Amino acid sequence: MSAEKNLIEVKDLTHDYTGGRGRPAVQRVSFAIREGETFGLVGESGCGKTTTGRMLVRLLEITSGSVRFDGQDITGLRGRELLDFRRQAQIIFQDPYASLDPRKKVRDIIAEGIDIHHLAQNRGDRETQVAQLLSSVGLRPEHLTRYPHEFSGGQRQRIGIARALATQPRFVVCDEPISALDVSIQAQVVNLLKEEQRRRGLTYLFIAHDLSMVKYISDRIAVMYRGRIVETGPSDLVYGNPLHPYTRSLISAIPLPDPESERSRRRIPYDQPEAAEDAELQEVEPGHFVLL
Amino acid sequence: MSEAKVLIPDSAFVPAASAAAQAEPELPRALSFLEDSWRKLRKNKAAVVTLALLIIITTLAFLAPVLAPFDPNEQHLAHKNLPPKWPGVSLNGLNGTSEFRGRRIDAYALAKVPEDQYYLLGTDEFGRDLLSRCLWGTRISLTIAFIAAVLDLTIGIAYGLFSAMKGGRVDNAMQRALEILSGIPSLVLVVLMLLVFQPGIASIILAMVISSWIPMARVVRAEALKTKQMEYVQAARALGASEVKIALGHILPNISGIVIVRAMFSIPSAIFFETFLSFLGVGMRIPNASIGTLLNGGYKVFRLYPYQMFIPAAILCVIMLSFNLFADGLRDVFDPKMKE
Repeated sequence: MSAEKNLIEVKDLTHDYTGGRGRPAVQRVSFAIREGETFGLVGESGCGKTTTGRMLVRLLEITSGSVRFDGQDITGLRGRELLDFRRQAQIIFQDPYASLDPRKKVRDIIAEGIDIHHLAQNRGDRETQVAQLLSSVGLRPEHLTRYPHEFSGGQRQRIGIARALATQPRFVVCDEPISALDVSIQAQVVNLLKEEQRRRGLTYLFIAHDLSMVKYISDRIAVMYRGRIVETGPSDLVYGNPLHPYTRSLISAIPLPDPESERSRRRIPYDQPEAAEDAELQEVEPGHFVLL
Repeated sequence: MSEAKVLIPDSAFVPAASAAAQAEPELPRALSFLEDSWRKLRKNKAAVVTLALLIIITTLAFLAPVLAPFDPNEQHLAHKNLPPKWPGVSLNGLNGTSEFRGRRIDAYALAKVPEDQYYLLGTDEFGRDLLSRCLWGTRISLTIAFIAAVLDLTIGIAYGLFSAMKGGRVDNAMQRALEILSGIPSLVLVVLMLLVFQPGIASIILAMVISSWIPMARVVRAEALKTKQMEYVQAARALGASEVKIALGHILPNISGIVIVRAMFSIPSAIFFETFLSFLGVGMRIPNASIGTLLNGGYKVFRLYPYQMFIPAAILCVIMLSFNLFADGLRDVFDPKMKE
C-alpha cells in the first residue's frame, strides 16, 4: 500500500440526538481510513460506534463536523450526488433477523441495489449478477426464490453481505456484523468478509465490541468511550502497548483459551470520569494517538 | 498382534458419497405470504364458516337482478302484507296463512293471489315482494359498505403513510388536524350533510367516509413509524431507495396484515352505520330498498306482521356476525400479537 491514500477522512464528527439539550452521542470524532484497509471501531454498548458508522453512510444526519469520501465532502450531498455516494458506500447490519425485508424474496433483496442504480443492462444480466453474488457468499441458487425467515442467522447475514456488495461499493461499514451470530458461524462470516475485501479491494469500517475479532480483522483500531475516540493506532500497537486506561481495561477483559492465564487474569476496572472537554488526541508514537 | 490384523481387499472399499450428494435434501417449496396466511386461516373453523357465509350472501346479493323473482319496487296493493308462502310446505308461517281473531285464514286466497304465485318471504304494506327487496337491499348495503371501506383504506393509508414518512413537524401538524376532525360528532355531521345533499348512495358514502378513515390513518401511521425504524428500511435507504419506494415497497407490504384486518372490521361498521341512517330516515331514498329501510318499514307493523322486521334483522345479524368473526380470524393470522 504505497499510495497510503485516505478513502475516508472524518473530522470533528458530532451527532446529537437531543437537539442541543443533552450531551451528543458522538463528540468531535476524527479519524481516517486508508483505501483497502480495515479500520476497527471498538467500545462498549452506547459509546457511539453505531452512530458514527451510520453517519458515515448518511443514514443519520451529521450534526457538525465533516466526512470526506475520496476527497469529496459528503455532509451536504443531495439528489444525484447522494445517490452516487450511496452506491459506493454500503452498510452491513448487526441483526440479521431485522435487516432483511420479510416480505421479499432473496432474489429481490439482493437485486434491490442493482435496480436502484440501474447496474444491470437487462433482466438476464440482473439474474446473472444476483446469482454470482449469491454463490460468492456461499449460498445455493435455489435459495433465490425463498423468503428470509427460512434461513439461519448466518445465512441471513450472508444475504445481507450480498445485498451490500450488489452495488459494487468501495467502502462498507460493517456494523457488528457478527455479534448476533453463533461463535461457530462468526469465523465463517469474518473470513467471507476478508475474502471479499481481497477480491474487490474493499475498505471496511468494522464496528464491534469483541476485541479479539477486531484484532484479527483490523489493520488499525480506534477505541471509543462515551462518544469520543480515546485511543487509535495500528492494531498491534494498540493491543501491544495500550496507553489509555480505558483501552487497558478493555484488553484486560479479553479471555484467553488457557486455564493458566485465565486463573491469573485480573480485569482492570475503569471508573475514571470522562475526558475533559478540551482533551485532544496526542501522537505518542508514530501513528498511535491517545486522548490526553 | 499381527494375527489380529484382518486384511480387507481393496475391492471392498467404495468412495464415500461426494459432497454434492451429501448436501442437504431439497427443501419443500417456500410458502408465499398469502399461501401461509391461507394455511393458518383454514385452521380457524369460525373464520372459514363465516367466509363461506359471506361469499354466499355476497353472491346472492350481487346476483339480485337475476335472482329476484319480482321487481323490488313494483307495488301490488291487492297483495299487501301477505305472509311467506312456500310451495309444498304446510307449516304455519310458511303456508300463506295468518292468524285473524283466533282463526287461521288463508291470506293468499283472501287477496285472490293466483294459485301458482308464491311470495317466499311475504310482501310488505305496498304488496312488494320482500325476497326481492331483501336481495336488492343487501346488495345496496354491501355496495355502500365495500365502497366506504375502499375509500377508508385509500385515504387512511395515503394520509397515514405520508404523515409517518415525513415525520417531524409535518407529522405533528397532520396528527393535530386529525384530532380536530375526529372531535366533530360524526352523527351530527352526517345528518346535516344529508339535509344539504340529496339522500342516496353517494351522499351516504361521502358522509361515512368523512370521519371513518381517521382510525385507519392512525393505525397506518403508528405501524409505519414502527416499521420505519427496522433495519431493512435503513438498508433500503442506504442502497439509495427513494422515500416513495421505501413507503410503498417496504413499509406498506409489511403493515398490510394489520391494515387488512382493520378494513375487515370497518366493513360491518359501515353496514351498520348505513342501516342506522336509513332506519332514521336520512339514508336511502324511498322506494329503494336497503337493510335499513326494510327494518324501518318492518318495525312499524311489527305487532301485526313480525316477519317484515325479523327477516331483514336476521340478514343484518348474519352479515355483521360473519364479518366480525371473519375479521377476528384474519387478525389471528396476520397479527397474532394483538390477540387478547
